[in-house]
Amino acid sequence: MQNEWLYIGLFIVIGVIVPIVPLIASHFLAPHKPNPIKQSTYECGIETVGESWVQFKSQYYIFALVFLVFDVETVFLFPWALAMGNLPLFAVIEGIIFILILLAGLTFTWRKGLLEWA
Amino acid sequence: MTFWNDPINFIAGWLRSVFTDWGLTDGPANVITSLIGIVVMILFAMLIAIALVWVERKVVARFQDRLGPNRIGPFGIFQPFADIVKLIIKEDITPAGADKAVFNMAPVMSLASVILIWAIVPLASKIYGVDINVGVLYLVAVGSFGTLSVIMAGWASNNKYALIGAFRMVATMISYEIPMVVALLIPTIIAGTMSVKGITEAQSNLWFVVLSPLGLLLFMISAIAELGRSPFDLNEAESEIVAGFHIEYTGMKFGLFYAGELLHAFTFGGFMAVLFFGGYGGFFGLEKLSAFTWLSNPFIELVVFLVKALIGYWIIMWVKYSMPRIRIDHMLTFNWKFLTPLAFVLLMVTALFDKILAPTQFYVLGMFFSNISLAWIVIEILRRISKRERIEHERNAEPVIQVAHP
Repeated sequence: MQNEWLYIGLFIVIGVIVPIVPLIASHFLAPHKPNPIKQSTYECGIETVGESWVQFKSQYYIFALVFLVFDVETVFLFPWALAMGNLPLFAVIEGIIFILILLAGLTFTWRKGLLEWA
Repeated sequence: MTFWNDPINFIAGWLRSVFTDWGLTDGPANVITSLIGIVVMILFAMLIAIALVWVERKVVARFQDRLGPNRIGPFGIFQPFADIVKLIIKEDITPAGADKAVFNMAPVMSLASVILIWAIVPLASKIYGVDINVGVLYLVAVGSFGTLSVIMAGWASNNKYALIGAFRMVATMISYEIPMVVALLIPTIIAGTMSVKGITEAQSNLWFVVLSPLGLLLFMISAIAELGRSPFDLNEAESEIVAGFHIEYTGMKFGLFYAGELLHAFTFGGFMAVLFFGGYGGFFGLEKLSAFTWLSNPFIELVVFLVKALIGYWIIMWVKYSMPRIRIDHMLTFNWKFLTPLAFVLLMVTALFDKILAPTQFYVLGMFFSNISLAWIVIEILRRISKRERIEHERNAEPVIQVAHP
């Protein structure tokens, strides 16, 4: 294949179509007899109280923020790791200093108590 | 080039010549040939998923001292086909309050995110979808589609349990993505390439598990967490939130989630083999001897890859059925206070030793012992901390009053 990304694009198209096929088959073969009780929200047989779209614990948000920092940083680390063979020792140590700064950030959040689930 | 030493290119070349004989130009002929190849590849993946349903049910039965499916066909081997028929003809219930479009999109996306990984899985040296030069990064990128499908399913179900399950699952998946990416960086550093085929070929003489045993451990733990399997399966803790994000899904839509999970586990088993156990090759140079040249036959390599992937899958299953579930705060603490710092320290050690020792003959020994000593230091630190906490706990504990029995 000459163009790898064209192949990936075709793969995405087929990869989305394949899971849809059994759903279509199911649409034609399965019975459809909806009624209000069947369609009610399943919470172990008890009627739902209040809104289903509840507020979530703010701790999830903080973890997501910490994750974002590290996620962006790993994208920077990939080129560094890839070029490792051609880099001088000094550049490798520079990369290590970069990681140390990130770990300092993690220590800061840790000391601040943001990693606690309370 | 014959069918036996290069099957994919042989068939592709034949198909291309057929299409050009029909009067197509090279471009469309190539695209149609690729399309056929992709469909075959995906159908192969789906066949594996169907077989895995049987493997999973049979193995879990053995773990729990049962027989498992044994009615349909020899050893119940046709059970998954009966399951599929049942799932297809089952009524598909959409809850009244659900966000229908998102609700229907989520299972498709969940399975598609796993199928997309199969574009780069190197099944053998000549049997693979495509060998992109950012393969490892593609694995991470496609994996995050799975995260998206989970939050879509949880949100659109209009169910508190589903939403809680989805939040937990997403918190797990994004947290453990960091040690996972670092674990992927280690083979990248050692092999000097991000293409999965390149990483496999770099291990033809020595598996990376020798150079980085801790890296394998990191990858395995974070892969299990990414899969949301036990001990990290509190997203579907059945005693509190019933089934988590897919509680409202019935029939084939549930089947897609299920097939996606099994195939994902198998794929991660395969990537464990590719990144640390030599993938389809890694015979320690044995295939270069004249008596063993048959080892580099694509069909032998395919079997070797599938066996290695199955062993990885089996280990993931083994962990699943022998470990109790852990609490969400413990899980996140384990990741952020232990796994992430360990991962980055390991990355620094690997980079430094790789740079300093690469030209010398102490490379393998140095890498291995740096990993082992790092593991020893970590265990020692943990031991000290737990000892201190235990003493603290004993000091604060209330004295036990003995009550004499009459």
